[in-house]
Amino acid sequence: MKKLLTAAALSVTMAIPAVADTTKVGFIYIGPVGDFGWTAGHDRARAEMAEHFGDAVETTIVENVDYGADAERVMTQMAISGTDVIFAASFGYGPDVNVVAGRFPNVAFQHATGYIQDHPNVSLYDARFYEGRAVLGHIAGKMTETNTIGYIASYPIPAVIAGINSAYLHAKAVNPDVQFRIIWTYSWFDPALEADAAETLIEQGADVIMQHTDSTAAVRVAEDAGVMAFGQASDMTQFGPNAHLSAIVDRWAPYYINRVQAVIDGTWEAQNSWLGFADGIIEMAPWNDRIPAELQEEADGLIAAIVAGEYHPFTGPINKQDGTPWLAEGETAPDVDLATMNFYVEGITAELPN
Amino acid sequence: MIRLEKRKEPSKFWRIANPFLAVLLTMIAGGIMFAMLGKDPITAIRLIFFDPIFSETFGSYSRPQLLIKSAPLILIAVGLAIGFKANVWNIGAEGQYIIGALFGAGVALAFFPAPGWYIFPLMVIAGAFGGFLWAMIPAILKTRFNTNEILVSLLLVYVAERILAAMALGLMRNPDIAGFPGSRDLRRYEAAHNAELIAGTGIHWGVVAAMIAVIFAYAMMTRHMLGYHVQLAGQAPRAARFGGVSPARLVVICLGISGALAGLAGMFEVSGPGGQVRIEFASGYGFTAIIVAFLGRLNPIGIVLAGLLLGLTYIGGELGQMMLQLPGAAIQVFQGMLLFFLLALDFQTNYRIRLTQGARI
Repeated sequence: MKKLLTAAALSVTMAIPAVADTTKVGFIYIGPVGDFGWTAGHDRARAEMAEHFGDAVETTIVENVDYGADAERVMTQMAISGTDVIFAASFGYGPDVNVVAGRFPNVAFQHATGYIQDHPNVSLYDARFYEGRAVLGHIAGKMTETNTIGYIASYPIPAVIAGINSAYLHAKAVNPDVQFRIIWTYSWFDPALEADAAETLIEQGADVIMQHTDSTAAVRVAEDAGVMAFGQASDMTQFGPNAHLSAIVDRWAPYYINRVQAVIDGTWEAQNSWLGFADGIIEMAPWNDRIPAELQEEADGLIAAIVAGEYHPFTGPINKQDGTPWLAEGETAPDVDLATMNFYVEGITAELPN
Repeated sequence: MIRLEKRKEPSKFWRIANPFLAVLLTMIAGGIMFAMLGKDPITAIRLIFFDPIFSETFGSYSRPQLLIKSAPLILIAVGLAIGFKANVWNIGAEGQYIIGALFGAGVALAFFPAPGWYIFPLMVIAGAFGGFLWAMIPAILKTRFNTNEILVSLLLVYVAERILAAMALGLMRNPDIAGFPGSRDLRRYEAAHNAELIAGTGIHWGVVAAMIAVIFAYAMMTRHMLGYHVQLAGQAPRAARFGGVSPARLVVICLGISGALAGLAGMFEVSGPGGQVRIEFASGYGFTAIIVAFLGRLNPIGIVLAGLLLGLTYIGGELGQMMLQLPGAAIQVFQGMLLFFLLALDFQTNYRIRLTQGARI
């Protein structure tokens, strides 16, 4: 036993290089780095950030970490092992991040897409995905022949609901007959469930599939069924060369480099950042050739208008689903409305899970 | 020539030895896999099996975590094992775990924010009752309509998951936070919080309940008439029937016990380590417990060891990912190897290998 203990003690000193000038950056992911979607997007940014800093930074990842006790344990172990900043790359880690942050006030926590900030060492960051959804909706509205768009949604949280609303409004604007069919999976990453959902939507007449889930399953199903689809978080063209029209591609790297630099400089402070097209945090995957040139130009124009600040995807008049007014003519949505959105806009026939 | 011969009686020696041998073989095969991934196999195995307990850096934190991770597995597996011995196959402990958590949390949320010593005991009773109730569905369908309890209990897991989602989005949603699913954090409601009983040990009421359940199950299976009936029904159902054991009664008892224990596990989790009712609350404890039950040879003491071992590979697996950058999938393969080797070795329990002279033609 004593021998074991010494061996373990030795090994730990070996495992943790006590080099003071290396900044340790930890990442916890809800899915596998090989999901080709959301988690892949974060890991791409991690790699880019690690390359940018070279030897000055050491990164470590733990993938497939469930929300709750597991996440709390992994982040605690990271903090114990001397990690300086922890990126928790999924919405549901919120309560866990804040529990651990309270215990380790000297560790910086960066929580993606969250809303809980109980401690001064918790930063929140998110992307304005609804901007990208506006572009997808515009393309979908023009491309659909059955006037039916299928939408695979994960959890009924504001970011997802805002995405559905944004896509619907912009599809409707170019195609008044368009209908949205929405399936909730209550999961971020479940390829089998997502494939089932895509098949069901296609059976219901959808010829364009949108997804707010992380796997490539829906794109593959769409390819096999000969319909169209949009990828999620990463360019998923290789899983459906014909079906894949485009995707909102997450580019967290500039933000990650910025935040880790702040940790290195000792200037890190908690923030709440919500970044969009203009910040280079999201971009569109290359347009599929089957999108007519004219429509490609329209989409590019829409992005340019959003970047320039000339256009906001939620510009009134917009009513809520029940007909009550939300935004008046010319009024744009305040951030707080989008960050807490819990209603569909007028015209969506589905019912929001409640 | 090598010949397989069925043993007259299953070998007692191999029954006990196989789990240990399986762990050893897993270390060897896993080590080879880690080496092929370009990682030092000795370091990897050490990170998974030893560092969570012995490491100076992590030990003081991960030793208590081991109890937190293993307690629900043990609590559920002990109940399942009783049923499995009697050939009553409750595959839906995950669902009973969820419903138990919802019942327990429901009591807490109904009393919020009132203080009161009686709230937590009521939650315990409600949790056990919730799991029991959910297990009674397959039990009654089986005894009345002769449906298959494997299918019914399994499918009810998916129903329970939907109820959980509905609760997190609707009835139990925290009214103070707009737009987000999930209930109030029970860890912030003192009367309902399943806190550590002794700070820094990881021992909460769920760990205590698991220990009590193990002792009771052990006593029941070895000393009590019911335990004898369970064993008899499993090994010789016809004889049991002639001996006056009612199969219907046994089905209800076995599903009831395992359901109540799974419900308790869910309740202790939601009021402690889990913290709140969220859509993603269930993380597969109910299914993993099936592996624990078999790895522990359906024996309460064995289940304690198996639960701790599986908990260790989870926590050690995270350390392996963190410190050595092992891929998460490699850890899952490693855990899978353990079960694979155990099942493969188990043939020795029932068969022996004989080297014989060449067969005459």
